[in-house]
Amino acid sequence: MSIFEYAPAPESRAIVDIKASCGLFVNGEFVDGHGTPFKTVNPATEEVLAEVAEANDADVDAAVKAARRAYDKVWGPMPGRERAKYLYRIARILQERAREISVLETIDNGKPIKESRDVDVPTAAAFFFYYAGWADKLEHSGYGSTPLGVAGQVIPWNFPLLMLAWKIAPALACGNTVVLKPAETTPLTALLFAEICQQADLPPGVVNIITGAGATGETLVGHPDVDKVAFTGSTGVGKAIARTVAGSSKKVTLELGGKAANIVFDDAPIDQAIEGIVNGIFFNQGHVCCAGSRLLVQESIADEVLTRLKRRMSTLRLGDPLDKNTDVGAINSAAQLARIHELSDIGEAEVGTGDGAGRWSPECELPSTGFWFPPTIFTGVSQAHRIAREEIFGPVLSVLTFRTPSEAVEKANNTPYGLSAGVWTDKGSRILDIAGRLRAGVVWANTFNKFDPTSPFGGYKESGYGREGGRHGLAAYLKGADA
Amino acid sequence: MPTTPTTEAPAATAAAGPAPGGDLSDVTRSDASLRRFLHGLPGVDQVGAEARAASLGTRSIKTTAKEQAIDLAIRMVDLTTLEGQDTPGKVRALASKAMRPDPADPTCPAAAAVCVYGDLVGVAKETLGSSGVRVAAVATAFPSGRASRAVKLADTRDAVAAGADEIDMVIDRGAFLSGRYLEVYEEIVAVKEACGPAHLKVIFETGELQTYDNVRRASWLAMMAGGHFIKTSTGKTQPAATLPVTMIMLEAVRDYREATGQMVGVKPAGGIRTTKDAIKYLVTVNEVAGPDWLDPDWFRFGASTLLNDLLMQRTKMRTGRYSGPDYFTLD
Repeated sequence: MSIFEYAPAPESRAIVDIKASCGLFVNGEFVDGHGTPFKTVNPATEEVLAEVAEANDADVDAAVKAARRAYDKVWGPMPGRERAKYLYRIARILQERAREISVLETIDNGKPIKESRDVDVPTAAAFFFYYAGWADKLEHSGYGSTPLGVAGQVIPWNFPLLMLAWKIAPALACGNTVVLKPAETTPLTALLFAEICQQADLPPGVVNIITGAGATGETLVGHPDVDKVAFTGSTGVGKAIARTVAGSSKKVTLELGGKAANIVFDDAPIDQAIEGIVNGIFFNQGHVCCAGSRLLVQESIADEVLTRLKRRMSTLRLGDPLDKNTDVGAINSAAQLARIHELSDIGEAEVGTGDGAGRWSPECELPSTGFWFPPTIFTGVSQAHRIAREEIFGPVLSVLTFRTPSEAVEKANNTPYGLSAGVWTDKGSRILDIAGRLRAGVVWANTFNKFDPTSPFGGYKESGYGREGGRHGLAAYLKGADA
Repeated sequence: MPTTPTTEAPAATAAAGPAPGGDLSDVTRSDASLRRFLHGLPGVDQVGAEARAASLGTRSIKTTAKEQAIDLAIRMVDLTTLEGQDTPGKVRALASKAMRPDPADPTCPAAAAVCVYGDLVGVAKETLGSSGVRVAAVATAFPSGRASRAVKLADTRDAVAAGADEIDMVIDRGAFLSGRYLEVYEEIVAVKEACGPAHLKVIFETGELQTYDNVRRASWLAMMAGGHFIKTSTGKTQPAATLPVTMIMLEAVRDYREATGQMVGVKPAGGIRTTKDAIKYLVTVNEVAGPDWLDPDWFRFGASTLLNDLLMQRTKMRTGRYSGPDYFTLD
């Protein structure tokens, strides 16, 4: 117990007005859905926040038709410089309403307010600013300037607003219109974004938001009048989508799972590497597809790294996500919590308690309501263990060791995934060498989990295909470009 | 308190003493071995270190925690006057203020020490009497450190003889930057011997050392040489104390304790003027080195204007109102 206990510092939720019942956003208006409404809860308290409409086949069709009309009549023919004005306007409104959006995101998702406030919302605004800049310069992109048409987009629950921005900003900049389905556990910021579209006077139908679960997404993806499918989520669903659209003329980008290696060499700046390990796996409760969930540490410094890592983990503050001092928030849903428990239990059985192996969490009290899982590490993990191969999507780190740079690269690449990786060393030549040999879409050097609109993001192998962000992100939304 | 290292044969005896986490006694055998050791310490990534310090600076400290923090910070202040124009009158005034920072509120704790030039130690000592507030004196040709070893040692002995409880020495940055680490080490050992019973704080002038790698190396050097405290700056050079530099030093004392079992204090000095800043430093102490360092024996602020802001915030928390600066004594 510290002699310097921080008093609670909760962000007020009075700034957010949540409607008891939410409709779909189609053709610039909020309308009723015709499916069975569902509830969205605050994962930190299990409090029901709102009842959300479910879009059935007819609703999806209406949304796609509205998008098609807007594409043909308004958005497609509009000059890029005009489209840019709307995107800039949206970006500025996101900034102006940042506090409101952050609080709503935290309530609906369970992530700490400091992350929604300092990462999600500013980065979402940055994506709109960045792609606004491209809208009138597409002919210089190298991909031409002809849009695809209507984009059907399905996004996950880990970064609800940020993933929306990654999808909508480039699509609109290139002249496409969109129908977007947020995840069923985190629909509220997307609906707030719909209000922002109204506030920005975005022409009706350019952005449509339909809520629902897997079935709604399936209908959207399979709709014959959708020209482009963009999906971020699990590899399983990604494969199903790939099968659905196979043989059609739809263009597809998929951002799927990962099991990233975070490689720490013995000459690494060690205290910063510890921060990077913590940030790599405990940021956003580990609900990050590019999370550094496999720590590969050089055997010669493994003990020291583990000692420091455990000490640092003991200072993580878990609890009320609206508290500005909270580092680790709530697990997004009961279902996800169950999966994390299942895989962790498997991990415990796999690694046993032998020499240096085992499961470890810092002492921390978990709140009695809501969905919570303590930051956890597994030591003594080998490549053959399931916890080293399967994506857990939670605050669970597997620690493996290596002896030589080649062994590090081999182990890092020995995974069905390939979304991201991290390299920690003080030696610049080694960074370049290792980064070039890693089969991963993003390689961070002496940092981790950094997102920037100018930088492309995407994966190899089962982590999907296509790139989002940067100039490369335009290719996914322009005709004739290979995404 | 750290144990006093033997100083008869400085080159052979490290300050380390028993070393549960690693044997440091061989390190100071030669310039080459000392260099190998210091350059073998893990590097510091500047971007990462600054990002971490910035994130520690965003901790939100409210009411009860803030009350505790303000009183703790007051007890950690080394109230400082280091001007060419210092007079006995000025030092007496400062010493009175250190003993009773807020005459209107007897519950207000005293500062840790007053920090003065060596020639004014006697005045400070006389005023402070048995109040428990300590007298710190800067010595060793402060602030440049540019004098012969004999002059530096005489400067130190002079201040100790006048009654200084603590000596703030500056390292020879010239020797450090040109890689003559053993020379710096031996000088610290010699000054420490000259200190006798007085505690030794070793000032790096981190604004001149420039890199975080240098700050980490200087920290280990000073700790191995037996410094009781490591201190960022003289306050005469910009930048003086910064949060990232202090964080690197806190990591060093934490690691040093792990390696040797001995605790060393940290003192950021210069440029810390507001309660808000002071609290950021306390958060960093708490989360980097650990709560054991949240004590005036192990953490100090070298400051002249910080105290009044702490007093103003303290009064605000008690009364709910801000008083103007005229409600607090100048010094």
